Amino acid sequence: MNRREFLKISAALGAGYAMPALLGGCAPRPLPGTGAVTASPTVCNMCFWQCAGTLYQEDGQPWKVVGNPDDPHCEGRLCTRGTAGIGAYSDPDRLRQPLLRVSEGGEQRFEPVSWDAAFDFIAEKMNAIGEHHGKDRIALFSHGGGGKHFRRMLQAFGSHAYAHPSFAQCRGPRETAFGLTYGEGVGSPDRTDMGNSRCIVLIGSHLGENLHNSQVQTLIQGLNNGATLITVDPRFSVAASKSKHWLPIKPGTDIALLLAWMNVLINEGLYDRDYVARYCNGFDQLAAHVQPYNPEWAYLETGLEPARIRETARIMATAAPATLVHPGRHVTWYGDDTQRSRAVAILNALLGSWGRPGGFYRQEKVALPEFPVPQPPPPKEDWKAVVQGDFPLVSTGISNKLVEHSVGPDAYIKGWFVYATNLPMTLPGANEQIKSAAESLDLMVVVDTMPAEITGYADVVLPECTYLERYDDLRNAPERTPTLALRMPAFAPSHETKPAWWMAKGIAERLGLGEYFPWQDYTEVLDWQLKQVGSSLAEMQQIGVKRSPRKTPVYFAGDQPAEFNTPSGKIELYSTLLADVGQDPLPRYTPPERPPAGFYHLNYGRAPAHTFGRTINNPQLFELMPENTVWVHPSAAARLRVASGDYVALENPDGLRSNRIRVRVTQRIRPDSVFLVHGFGHSDERQRLARGVGADDAALMHNVRIDPIMGGTGMRASFVTLVKREVS
Amino acid sequence: MTTYAMVIDTRTCIGCGDCVVACKNENKVPAGLNRDWVVEATRGEYPNLETEFRSERCNHCGHATCVTNCPTGASHYWKDTNIVLVAAEKCTGCKACIAACPYDARLLMHPEGYVDKCTFCHHRVEQGLDPACVSSCPTHCMHFGNLDNPDSVVNRLLRERRHKVLMPETGNQPNVYYLI
Repeated sequence: MNRREFLKISAALGAGYAMPALLGGCAPRPLPGTGAVTASPTVCNMCFWQCAGTLYQEDGQPWKVVGNPDDPHCEGRLCTRGTAGIGAYSDPDRLRQPLLRVSEGGEQRFEPVSWDAAFDFIAEKMNAIGEHHGKDRIALFSHGGGGKHFRRMLQAFGSHAYAHPSFAQCRGPRETAFGLTYGEGVGSPDRTDMGNSRCIVLIGSHLGENLHNSQVQTLIQGLNNGATLITVDPRFSVAASKSKHWLPIKPGTDIALLLAWMNVLINEGLYDRDYVARYCNGFDQLAAHVQPYNPEWAYLETGLEPARIRETARIMATAAPATLVHPGRHVTWYGDDTQRSRAVAILNALLGSWGRPGGFYRQEKVALPEFPVPQPPPPKEDWKAVVQGDFPLVSTGISNKLVEHSVGPDAYIKGWFVYATNLPMTLPGANEQIKSAAESLDLMVVVDTMPAEITGYADVVLPECTYLERYDDLRNAPERTPTLALRMPAFAPSHETKPAWWMAKGIAERLGLGEYFPWQDYTEVLDWQLKQVGSSLAEMQQIGVKRSPRKTPVYFAGDQPAEFNTPSGKIELYSTLLADVGQDPLPRYTPPERPPAGFYHLNYGRAPAHTFGRTINNPQLFELMPENTVWVHPSAAARLRVASGDYVALENPDGLRSNRIRVRVTQRIRPDSVFLVHGFGHSDERQRLARGVGADDAALMHNVRIDPIMGGTGMRASFVTLVKREVS
Repeated sequence: MTTYAMVIDTRTCIGCGDCVVACKNENKVPAGLNRDWVVEATRGEYPNLETEFRSERCNHCGHATCVTNCPTGASHYWKDTNIVLVAAEKCTGCKACIAACPYDARLLMHPEGYVDKCTFCHHRVEQGLDPACVSSCPTHCMHFGNLDNPDSVVNRLLRERRHKVLMPETGNQPNVYYLI
């Protein structure tokens, strides 16, 4: 039988089967990369690590994104999400054109409108707010670089209130605490020097699952170089599985452990005496403060054996100063988070790791001038005094306070611009509050690439093009090697989408504020800036990334005095600023609340395949991780009579229930806790893959603890139980 | 004969799945199908636990039963190497190779009607590049090279580190090694 006949018979045989096509042969496919390949530089925006990469197209079709080898954020390797960046561009559910909320016969719906109509509407509403309430009553919520343009537009108008949820829902406590202690924050990318560490301590930080690229790469480098990893986590995280010591701490007792570690270092004389004498203030007060907190005391709080606490403290001291007690990143947990982060900062000072190899390096960025633009007039009133006057040490906006001050007819804030942040899943337990704010605000503008819960509340939705379709500001982050990176469009903007700078400029022009955006195209700004530092847009379009030599040392020089931007000019173990505002000048431990009978600590975190809720609908990443599961210890599963794969609802003590979620019974979690990956449980119908899949942890948070120092939302003091339900 | 091997360090693999996405993009693998995947294996009881992550794919066996069982000659060794390919134009989709693969039948059916699988990115190997999965791995836990060259990274790692292959008892001589 020759091949042609064989195929014919196969086809005949196959006629009665479901998939006859499977029985045929086919033409050989061309090998990847044998067509016409083009490349263009980009800076990833799948998370906020902002790795530089190259977008390849083959025969005019998107092919792949890979890391730029010159970039210190990624060293040539993007992470899972970055590699799936094309999915953000090709997602069929993207926002396509401006949408305006219209009411018709009592029904509200979004109507596609022109950009002109959207801008006219926004300008009219803004002017009305200015007339009736004052021009300072509009707030900006922003996560990502494009927010800068809206901020300039709003400041020019007279509204200065703004917040990045990355402060009060994420990094705020550590930035505040390290600022109080060292006079500067940790920054982003985090200035951790793990590649050179001999001991790395992670406290609730699940690096690896939290895939901040170069940080994970340097963690692994450190491990490959023989560093000892100590992980403190109620869950056997991926990092815990790489650890020499996993300390499965009782949730909420981290400060007790940190105080006990300090107690051991001080009482056994293991701290860095020279470093402390040279750089630190307040050692005597600290030494007296930690005396009661020995490992035996800590055992009763943390459940960790005293011998283990001593052993790990000694390991840290032996490796010091190349010991990094990692400051974590999302650290808004129990409401005493600035104090816990202070304890971490102080512990690092005792080990002498700040400014030393293997601890924290000193950051430097390229001295890149800003494009000359007029300065906006000074604000009429200090919005911070009105909105967040209880937090005098905080210099940035506190998003949850801004939301609070947006609810009701007498609220100070009358309009919102929301740029690329899905507030209902970002702020814990705040759905009702956001709904109320949406009802009382005179204007809500949401700018994003994808529909989400927040866009459902908007009066106007402005569709942004994805990072692969736009120029943005040059990436110039403070880091080890000063580096510039260019994001440029690989594709023309899809549908009617536009970049943020274009939108902000268009609205400003409607308001008569065009002078604050003195350019026609943002490439003029980029080219001007680059020419000030000896490069050009044309050069960067070719190379994508340009490193500059450092002007300052990476570490403290051994014999030179270091100056710290604190009241005493030294590292403040004892914080005079905290004492001044009536807060504990040394970290104090408060025992956490325990779950009511039948409830479990609600623990949550990240997965390497997703960035919060932003990527769930990305077709490539959805395929990799289409839903979250609730992790339950076998003993809890037995009590709850649930098994792996069962659908349950999570219910908090207020009776609020989640969407259905599958159970994962695993040894990798404490019996008193459950865990789920954050970002799932989207309710917005327009995300066709993500809608209704998995559960949202943020909505269940009933016990949000506000940090008295920085105002952030403690998100780990909530409890849930599992309710079995029928598969629907 | 050149023997290409992949050596994957389970000690530094974080199970992130970047290798899976990189492969899908590089090789334009259709939605819903994968040429590689990540396995998580946890042993022990709380709190004495071990978790291993493994990026798995075709083992490009020295004695590939998928090749010997293919009735049309579609499954074959590429040039004079152990890289196992499927010639789409010869494949009838009979799935004999899937049945013959001892590694849990992970070869997949391309919608165009042929069996598709990991190629060790031979189109990249030909240019002296690592496979897409290896070159994307953010923890550098994956290594690729020529096992016949005593100075290759893969050989050095196998000399220096404890390692295993999956189901050596099959006699298929798999060429994906896991450092443990």
